[in-house]
Amino acid sequence: MGLLSKKDSKLILDPLADNNPITIQVLGICSALAITAQLKASIVMAISVIFVLGIGNVVISLMRNVIPSKIRIIVQLVVVAALVIIVDQILKAYAYTLSKELSVFIGLIITNCIIMGRFEAFALGNGPWRSFLDGIGNALGYGVILIIVGFFRELLGSGTLLGFKVLGDPIEKTGLYAIGYENNGFMLLSPMALIVVGIIIWVQRSKNKALIEEH
Amino acid sequence: MAINTDKNSYTIIFSVIMVLVVGSLLAFIAQGLKPTIKENERIEIQQNILYAMGVNENEEGSREFIAAEKAEQTFAEYIKKQLVIQNGEVTEDENAYLIDIKKEKNLAKDPSYSRRLPLFVGEKDGKTYYVAPIRGKGLWDAIWGYVALNEDMVVQGVFFDHKGETPGLGANIKERFFMDDFTGEKLFDADNNFVGITAAKGNADPKNDNKDDNEVDAIAGATITGDGVSAMLKSDLRLYVPYFQKLKNN
Repeated sequence: MGLLSKKDSKLILDPLADNNPITIQVLGICSALAITAQLKASIVMAISVIFVLGIGNVVISLMRNVIPSKIRIIVQLVVVAALVIIVDQILKAYAYTLSKELSVFIGLIITNCIIMGRFEAFALGNGPWRSFLDGIGNALGYGVILIIVGFFRELLGSGTLLGFKVLGDPIEKTGLYAIGYENNGFMLLSPMALIVVGIIIWVQRSKNKALIEEH
Repeated sequence: MAINTDKNSYTIIFSVIMVLVVGSLLAFIAQGLKPTIKENERIEIQQNILYAMGVNENEEGSREFIAAEKAEQTFAEYIKKQLVIQNGEVTEDENAYLIDIKKEKNLAKDPSYSRRLPLFVGEKDGKTYYVAPIRGKGLWDAIWGYVALNEDMVVQGVFFDHKGETPGLGANIKERFFMDDFTGEKLFDADNNFVGITAAKGNADPKNDNKDDNEVDAIAGATITGDGVSAMLKSDLRLYVPYFQKLKNN
């Protein structure tokens, strides 16, 4: 028996695979399409969402008995917005170029449906520890997909990973480019992210038939 | 113990306390990080000016700024003089790059105020560059930039940036493919009138081979941002014309 009980570890592991927020619940697609042209931006976005969702879920869970039900959505929004502003300010101070690249997307975390969804569906009805696990689990599930998509888009679109030219130099014609390989510029455009997400969904569902909905 | 969370008075007291707590927390954090953020913005101005001049990390035409750690030193190396033009008078000021263009533009709404115009004189490979800051409005928010000119006010390089233009459309003004089109463009027409440079749709010159037409190819889907770029080039660079005329006559 490890650190977590079976029920608790399910909270973390479920969203990673069989209840993934992006591929199964199809939430948080907007940011998954927008910022995944580079692996680095995907990783930072994933970390930011882990931070915001983990802490946000705990805060909401601690407040769940005192939040007036009439204004609970507003309270949730205030909590996310405050956390997002903190993330934004810290990035501006310590990772300035990155915060410029992410620009509006950091602000968009506020509207990320995963966050509001977890607050409303889980944190309002569960204790802080379980809410924390649920938040981390869902954010990780979101982050994993983001990083997979970012990996393929940067590799196939720019021929780089985290900025390193892993496939050789397209101008000097070294590495793969020497034998006539070309970068696929399409991969840098948002629609290709949707296609990559689609392929992930396809692979996942064909491996686990239970996920296929009946029509 | 159960609190009746449905009562109106409770709701109001709750929201007041929440606003106070969250507000002061954010104010505290913002104040604490302010000096670091200000310093980052200062370095960024230096990076932008160098970028417009074509001094980039790696080499000419590279997409990357001079690294932040090297910016201060590289700036001092390439920028020979920083000038402030006010009322036709030119003074040197080594902190001219810190002049807030937004503030100056606002102050200049009062006709009795004469605007301070910063101009950075840089040298690279024996050529002299005059870099002027510009600022205007895009579709959603502010856009700004730096334009490197030669003695004849022919554009040698530009850098544009924006606060919140649409990603993939207006935000592309800061992409190399758009900015590079400006290089070599003239601000004067054939009759020597100041006309600026227009981001034009359907100018039948998508490769931008014609450098005398005062036009660059606009970005599809970014009409208003493009118009903003044209407008700020025209309105802000016009102010520098007297200085360049004087420069020529001497």
